Amino acid sequence: MTPVLAWACGVLALAVAALAAVVTVRGRRLDDRLLIAVAVLETALLVQAVVGFVALALTDRSVDGVVFGSYLVTTVLVPPVGAFWALGEKSRWGTGVLLVAALTTAILVVRLEQVWSTGA
Amino acid sequence: MPSSPTAKGTRPSAGGAMRHGPGRVLVAVYAVLGLSATVRGTYQVLFQFSEAPLAYLLSLFAGLVYVAATAALVRATPRAWRVALVAVLVELVGVLTVGTLTVLDAADFPDGTVWGEFGRDYGWVPLVLPLLGLAWLRRTRPTRPTR
Repeated sequence: MTPVLAWACGVLALAVAALAAVVTVRGRRLDDRLLIAVAVLETALLVQAVVGFVALALTDRSVDGVVFGSYLVTTVLVPPVGAFWALGEKSRWGTGVLLVAALTTAILVVRLEQVWSTGA
Repeated sequence: MPSSPTAKGTRPSAGGAMRHGPGRVLVAVYAVLGLSATVRGTYQVLFQFSEAPLAYLLSLFAGLVYVAATAALVRATPRAWRVALVAVLVELVGVLTVGTLTVLDAADFPDGTVWGEFGRDYGWVPLVLPLLGLAWLRRTRPTRPTR
C-alpha cells in the first residue's frame, strides 16, 4: 500500500463529493459528467484494492488483515451502490445521495490508510 | 408494496416520499451508519469480545437498529412506518443514555461505542440522525383512513 495511492483516492473522492455538491445545490439532475467522475474514482479504488491486497499478502508488518481487507472491499462497493441509489431519483436528492456516498468513500480511505500505517 | 398513486399537487404520497426526495438521502445516511456500526460491532464481538463486552454488544445492537431503521424507511408501508418510528426512538434514547453515561462514568466503557460520547466517533451523526428521522417520519405519517 502506497500512501500516494490512498491520497489519490481520497482527493478523487472529495472531488466527486464537491462536484455532487455543486450539482445538488444547483438542482441539476445526475448527468454524464458526474457519472464519469464516479467511474474514474471507482477505477482508482479498484487499483487500490488490488495493490492493497497484494501489499497485505507480502508485508511482514503486523496489519489487521480482516479489518484492512474489509475496508478495501467496502471502498470499492460504496460508489457503485451510491450511484445506483442516486440514479433512481430524478431530483436533486439523487445527487445528494452521491454526495453522501463520495464523502463516505473519503472517510473510508482515510481509515484504510490509518489501519495500514498503525496496524489498528 | 410500492404505492404508486401520487397524492394531490406536488407532494408525493407518504409511501413514495420515504424512498424519494430528501428521504432518499436520509436512507443513504442510515445505510452507511447501519453498515459501519454493524460491521464494526460484529468484528469487535467476534475478535475482541473480552476487552469490552458491554461496549461491543451495544455497538452491535446499535448497528442492527440502524439496519432495521434503514430497511423500514425503504419499505413504504404503514407497518414499516411504525417499525421505523420505534427504531428511530430507540436510537434517540440510546444515544442520549449511552452518551450521558460515557461522559459521567467512562470506566464502564473502555472502548468506544457508536453511541458513546453522543456519537463523537461517528461525527455526531448518531445524535443528529434520529432527530432528522423523526422529522421525516412526521412528514410522511401515513394517513389513517386508507382509500
